Amino acid sequence: MNAKLLLSSVLLIVATTSVAETIFVSLEKDNAIAVVDPIAGKLIKTVNIGQRPRGIKISPDGQSLYIATSDDDTVLELDANTLAVKSKLPSGEDPETFAINSLGTRMYVSNEDDNQITVIDLQSKKAIATIAVGVEPEGIAVSPDNQWIVSASETTNMVHWIDANTHEIKANTLVDPRPRALSFSADGRELWVTSEIDGTLMVIDVATKEITQRINFAVPGLGQDKIQPVGVVVDDIHQWAYVALGPANRVAVVNAQTYQVEKYLLVGARVWNLAFSPDQLRLYTTNGVSHDISIIDLAEHKVTKSIAVGRYPWGVAVKP
Amino acid sequence: MRIFHYWFALWGIVFRELLRFVKQKERFLSALVRPLIWLFVFAAGFRAALGIAIIPPYETYILYEVYITPGLIGMIQLFNGMQSSLSMVYDREMGSMRILLVSPLPRWYLLLCKLSAGVFVSILQVYVFLGIAWFYEIQAPLEGYLYLLPALMLSGLMLGALGLLLSSFIKQLENFAGVMNFVIFPMFFMSTALYPLWKLKESSTWLYKIAEYNPFSQAVEFLRFALYAQLNEQAFVYTAAAFMLFLILAIIGYNPSKGMMKRKGR
Repeated sequence: MNAKLLLSSVLLIVATTSVAETIFVSLEKDNAIAVVDPIAGKLIKTVNIGQRPRGIKISPDGQSLYIATSDDDTVLELDANTLAVKSKLPSGEDPETFAINSLGTRMYVSNEDDNQITVIDLQSKKAIATIAVGVEPEGIAVSPDNQWIVSASETTNMVHWIDANTHEIKANTLVDPRPRALSFSADGRELWVTSEIDGTLMVIDVATKEITQRINFAVPGLGQDKIQPVGVVVDDIHQWAYVALGPANRVAVVNAQTYQVEKYLLVGARVWNLAFSPDQLRLYTTNGVSHDISIIDLAEHKVTKSIAVGRYPWGVAVKP
Repeated sequence: MRIFHYWFALWGIVFRELLRFVKQKERFLSALVRPLIWLFVFAAGFRAALGIAIIPPYETYILYEVYITPGLIGMIQLFNGMQSSLSMVYDREMGSMRILLVSPLPRWYLLLCKLSAGVFVSILQVYVFLGIAWFYEIQAPLEGYLYLLPALMLSGLMLGALGLLLSSFIKQLENFAGVMNFVIFPMFFMSTALYPLWKLKESSTWLYKIAEYNPFSQAVEFLRFALYAQLNEQAFVYTAAAFMLFLILAIIGYNPSKGMMKRKGR
């Protein structure tokens, strides 16, 4: 009897710790998403979704999961709990990345081939505008106050500042070659942008739209050509920023106060995109070529586990 | 014989070994420098050498330095075991061995005491080495350092027993160079200390087989898992069995009427 009681309490503890958060990973080559329990460190299941899924995000209320299925020319809206398809959004051609405003009312999709941004109203599920931008727009983000949409054009080497109300480009910032991803600081004062070709990370002052910091990376024993920064995230307290360095197989830990690189963490091959856990105690990375994700303990800045998820993991979204 | 006599003999032998160790500062330094050179110089050049594969007990990608560390712990113990055997040859030449062996305590017990003394010294060396490695960001989970202690005792005893067995064959001190060439180096290089088994398999099947059955490999894997607070049962059983085998052979080897002592004792 006692043994049974002990077993059930152990199971209860395991069960309660295992439901802390769920992570969803888009698998570009498997045409699927992987569902992972990061606390138990296990792949729960893989769900077929559509052709070439890439950009993936959770709605601000945590109820919907959005996935850009690039070769189907749509962004799917799934129920984040059941994974049932709720709607197919008119994203325009070849959607790769997208951003959602903090109210959960607007989605902004980069259409790389058409050099434009498609604006979708998430209530009516309709495209309400297209905005012409530079050549090959990719990284896209909305400022925390929902005033700015920023779009990075890979070939034009520019960050476009688009007024979220008028959908007009108000300013452009020339950045280092092939800007990939961008991320606002939580206070909305800084925009962090990565340049894949120059291997740099730039910090842009939102007020002046000028680059105030330029951070370089050097991993001991690794050629500079391997350092191709892509995903970048900044924590809410503006203490640390993390940058995925692509084929360098490292995540750079940048002190957001001093703008110095403090550490390089070894993860899987061609680390691409990053996402925080809701409490920002962990960071999840997608490692495209090694077909897994890595979990980083942010209190210790240590990689604790890598979990195989499927072929070419691209993006990662975390459901609280 | 009372238990007190056994304790007294153990203490005497361990104390002598410790004294010898403390007095010979160069020995301590060289015992430490050897693995540190491997770690800082050799491993540094192969940082990304392992390629992409996650093998237990590791749960994520590791740098080569991290992989090689348990192998270097094994190296410390391997050298220590062999050095103890060297000291046995020296003791025999100097006559102190005779004093030890005329003790009324059983011979197997005296040999075990001698082994324990060597293991004790090797454990000190290992923890100092791990302390330095910690500052080089080679850090295992804290409980792993505790789990490592019993593992070090067993692996140390096994390698020490091997040394003891070898020392029963060696007639003169000069022959230690032969031990280096024919025992230490092959055992170290043909093991999982420097490369994992799957990597060895890529280059040659026979090398893979030798490494798999090499008792040093098993000791290193036992230590590797222990450092990450896990038990590798197969490696544990293999190491324990190898220890028993080597010890029994060494006891036979040191028996004046049966073993090697008789053969060369004149």
